[in-house]
Amino acid sequence: MKNILKALILFLLIFSESYGDENLSNKILKNLRCLVCQGQTVHDSNSDFALTIKSVVKDKIKEGNNEREIYTFLSEKYGDWILLNPPLKKNSFLLWFLPYLLFVLGVIFLFFLIKKPKIRL
Amino acid sequence: MKKINYIIISVLFSLLFIVLYLSLGNEKIYNTQDLVGKKISEVEINLFQSNETFNTKELTNNEFTILNFWASWCGPCRKEHPNLVRLSKIKNLKLIGVNFKDEKDNARNFLRENGNPFDILAEDKNGKNSVNFGVYGIPETILIDSELKILKKYIGPLNIKDVNEIRKIVKK
Repeated sequence: MKNILKALILFLLIFSESYGDENLSNKILKNLRCLVCQGQTVHDSNSDFALTIKSVVKDKIKEGNNEREIYTFLSEKYGDWILLNPPLKKNSFLLWFLPYLLFVLGVIFLFFLIKKPKIRL
Repeated sequence: MKKINYIIISVLFSLLFIVLYLSLGNEKIYNTQDLVGKKISEVEINLFQSNETFNTKELTNNEFTILNFWASWCGPCRKEHPNLVRLSKIKNLKLIGVNFKDEKDNARNFLRENGNPFDILAEDKNGKNSVNFGVYGIPETILIDSELKILKKYIGPLNIKDVNEIRKIVKK
């Protein structure tokens, strides 16, 4: 009975670890652009390039690299173009802040549009 | 009140126009411009003819080195091969050929038929090592200096124009 319990715990430990790795791997692959495909992520593609990157990402996770380290490694090799979520840099400043700016301007616009002038009776 | 609305609408449309206009000029395909000036990774690569490896650190002994990723099954590689043979005649330039996801016998036959321009012949059986060099398809060619800095990266087969450009760079 004890042995069965031990085996079960061991199985659960191994399963949970590989499940965690699989989740992380999927998360990373969904954030990587397939460079040889049209609008596909590495996760969704079965191209030769995507299969190699999938394998490299798995290896990197096994080696103990975290998500950020893997993104850094790949962007060093292929540039930021491979990242679907580009980092905040001088040349991507507009990309990151323009939506917020447009939102604020939109709110101001709506405010003035809705606010009706007081009518004297 | 109306004046403010007009100003806001004009600002919004101007911003939208600027963003759309600027994005027209952006290239939507991958290019290697970001990689020029960066150093290549110091990694071990398996040699083709033996079970030994060589480290890219050793390339610091060369004035200029070309790393060419090729395979016998790749049509454009066959097309560019005469240009690699031309480049192999330049004295201060060493050529490293990395045979990519290929069968050894086919690769040997390819070199027998077309000539072997490489000073060192290496191999990357599963393509994983090539990721260290930012390779995503073949043929790809990287020109580096003695500090392992990338001077130029060519995606696709080298043509005679590229050969002349490389000649100019290594002559300087």
